[in-house]
Amino acid sequence: MFSSPLETLLTISLFIISVATLGLVYRVIKGPSVPDRVMALDSIGINLIAITAIMSIMLNTDAFLEVILLIGVIAFIGTVAFSKFLQKGEIIEYDRDN
Amino acid sequence: MSLIHLVILSPLLVAVLVPFLHKYFKKIHTGWFVLVLPLVLFIYFLQYLGTTMSGETYTSSMKWIPSIGIDFTIYVDGLGLLFALLITGIGALVVLYSIYYLSKEKEALNTFYVYLLMFMGAMLGVVLSDNLIVMYSFWELTSISSFLLISYWYHREKSRYGALKSMLITVFGGLAMLAGIILLYIMTGSFSIREIIANVDVVTSHELFVPALLLFLLGAFTKSAQFPFHIWLPDAMEAPTPVSAYLHSATMVKAGIYLVARMSPVFAGAPEWFWLVSGFGIVTLFWGSFTAVKQTDLKSILAFSTVSQLGLIMSLLGVGSAAAYYDYIGENAYTIATLAAVFHLINHATFKGSLFMVVGIVDHETGTRDIRKLGGLMNVMPITFSLALIGTFSMAGLPPFNGFLSKEMFFTGMLKAIDISAWNMDTFGIIFPVLAWVASVFTFIYSMVLLFKTFTGKLQVEKLDKEPHEAPIGMLIPPIILASLVVIFGFFPMLLKGVIEPALYSILPSNVLSVEVKIYHWHGFNTELFMTLGVVLFGVLLYLSVAKWGKIYEWFPQKLTLNKLYDGGLIGLERGSAAFTKSHMTGFIRDYLVMIFGFMVVLLGVLLFSTGAFETNLTNVAPVGLYEVILALVMVAAALTTLITKSRLTAIISLGVVGYAMSLFFVLFRAPDLALTQLIVETVSVALFLLCFYHLPEIAKEMNRLRFRLTNFIISVSVGLVVIFIGLSVNSSRLFESISDYFEEASYAEAGGKNMVNVILVDFRGLDTLFEIAVLTIAAFGIFAMIKLRLNDKKGGVKGES
Repeated sequence: MFSSPLETLLTISLFIISVATLGLVYRVIKGPSVPDRVMALDSIGINLIAITAIMSIMLNTDAFLEVILLIGVIAFIGTVAFSKFLQKGEIIEYDRDN
Repeated sequence: MSLIHLVILSPLLVAVLVPFLHKYFKKIHTGWFVLVLPLVLFIYFLQYLGTTMSGETYTSSMKWIPSIGIDFTIYVDGLGLLFALLITGIGALVVLYSIYYLSKEKEALNTFYVYLLMFMGAMLGVVLSDNLIVMYSFWELTSISSFLLISYWYHREKSRYGALKSMLITVFGGLAMLAGIILLYIMTGSFSIREIIANVDVVTSHELFVPALLLFLLGAFTKSAQFPFHIWLPDAMEAPTPVSAYLHSATMVKAGIYLVARMSPVFAGAPEWFWLVSGFGIVTLFWGSFTAVKQTDLKSILAFSTVSQLGLIMSLLGVGSAAAYYDYIGENAYTIATLAAVFHLINHATFKGSLFMVVGIVDHETGTRDIRKLGGLMNVMPITFSLALIGTFSMAGLPPFNGFLSKEMFFTGMLKAIDISAWNMDTFGIIFPVLAWVASVFTFIYSMVLLFKTFTGKLQVEKLDKEPHEAPIGMLIPPIILASLVVIFGFFPMLLKGVIEPALYSILPSNVLSVEVKIYHWHGFNTELFMTLGVVLFGVLLYLSVAKWGKIYEWFPQKLTLNKLYDGGLIGLERGSAAFTKSHMTGFIRDYLVMIFGFMVVLLGVLLFSTGAFETNLTNVAPVGLYEVILALVMVAAALTTLITKSRLTAIISLGVVGYAMSLFFVLFRAPDLALTQLIVETVSVALFLLCFYHLPEIAKEMNRLRFRLTNFIISVSVGLVVIFIGLSVNSSRLFESISDYFEEASYAEAGGKNMVNVILVDFRGLDTLFEIAVLTIAAFGIFAMIKLRLNDKKGGVKGES
């Protein structure tokens, strides 16, 4: 079925990460509170990084390395923004002076 | 371009000058300047009498739109010249009359004469154009100028009502005529009347013959106020009296007569033409005269009388068209009907013009036109009385005036109609003389009402607004001229031979005309004479007993009158279209979306299914991998969550999931640039959605599941199915090879880049990118503007700004 041990390994890990992502999706949908959902989304982002990385090994290309970096940045910014929103109800605060 | 083109357009050119004359020569009545033009034109057209009397015609052409065969071609023959003389002759008299009728100080004379000259030019264009499209242009110009003239006193509501009514009806007919013209063009390939007449065999055998005939008659009947389109004419009496005299008795209402006469060589001989023209004519004749008797307003009587006399001329033209059916030389008796029509056309213009002017004088000098208030004016206004007597007796058909001669010939024509041995005339033919006779009785009655109720009896000074006195001489000159013509034509009808004969040659197809114009007073004791005696006898009896039988007019149900039908029709149209608009223009975007998507499904689905465009061909399909399946499942789950979730926040987040899964698809399908962009854009838009969510007002934040609607469900499912089917069939029938091979080879060799997507975006197809940038810029400016620029609130401050 698989041509090499590496590919077997990659496929298995991809499967495991996918299952983990599905679990996180369940948490996003079900999640009793908003922080649960935010946490789940953040983790989905990390899992996406992993999936993209494994995919690019499997596709034998380095074209997706920017995608990996970008997901990392966005997941971080998104989570911070959400947290700030949950904490203060505002993401970008205005200076009182102007 | 020759002199005659300039002559026809001269009223329009002078109309341009009229406002300046009015402004800079305030001391002189503007009418005096205008008067010169119709006089000159009348004398100019008299010159052509020699040409037409010798059987010649005059043609002159000027290019207008030569690429589609529309030239401004002038064709002067007997019929056109007769009308041109009527238009300019009566036009000159009416202008003279209007100088005394309209006050220099009170009225807006500049507009009046501009409209009147516009009308005169348009009318000359109608009767002298050979090209049908040019004739139609002038035809509509007569409608427009008539509209303007009727509403001359535009501050009166009735004037505006009458103007609108006449406009709607005549323009409706005009458009029908345009359709008829186009049909004739389809049949013969020419707009020229003479060429169409030359190819008449093509027309008569063509399947479009009857539609063209009907459309032309619709145009003629609306313009000439034939039943049931006559209703605009009585309401057009709100116009100033010179206008009524000119447009609504002598010229414009005869444009329909002209059209029927002009098109006779094309359509005559067909049973449809005969029955419609003579049938509607005789009904109009009867109905107009019957209704005229009950009117109490002098101008209304004259309006219905005009309707009735136009019906008379029309029915004569109809009977005359039978001549074309029996196209043998010799004993062709039906040409006498056409002769009578042309003769009465002239007579009617003379006596009706003078009668309108007389009524205008009475109105002007007493302040009322109501016959219940008038009476006993004979001694106060002797000249006016004499003029009215000549006009009414001629109208009633009494000797020795010209009306008698044409009435006798009319009876002859109608009696001859019984003899037509075709088109069911042996069963229905008797209707013609009977209706004609009854209508003549009523004509006699209203003529007598007009004369005696106004001028005899007791003078009721207390009911009149002014002290009645005789009119100024200038006002009397035009009706005196017309009344003299009534008498002269009565005694010496053969004077008109030179005018009538060429006109007859124009109306009748050349192969049937053998008649010589002979009009005499005395024919011996024949049926027509006894009919006239009967008319006088019964007319006198009925006139004397009108108080007793006049109640029959009240039997006619008011709800069924044609005016009620017209008014109700207009209101119904407005209400109906308002209701129709309201029924689908609800103002809810969801309703419009339902309609848009519904139509999309129906049109696309039906079209593609009916043309057999749906096909699935799975030979070129790539194998489906496990990852794709899992990702697709994730997307479907997220999309369904968006639909059925209770909370809006969940919907936003699952929409984000769809977007991120999409970017993962891009990764899977090897599109790194797309994946990058998709990730960032998805993040930004989710953030924007959250922003919107946060600012929702408290009331709308209620946690509600999307309500289920069956229509929406059906439409959304079918839109999805149609799009899937289209995608499938597009994919399975690829007709040509893709052009991407070229980009693959050329991106480095030609453009020096290794990233093919980017090379395409900025190099091969950089123009698209430019305008995408423009779109983003506009969006950014738009958002900035919407946030920053707000209208001040009531207190003068700016909302949301500190």
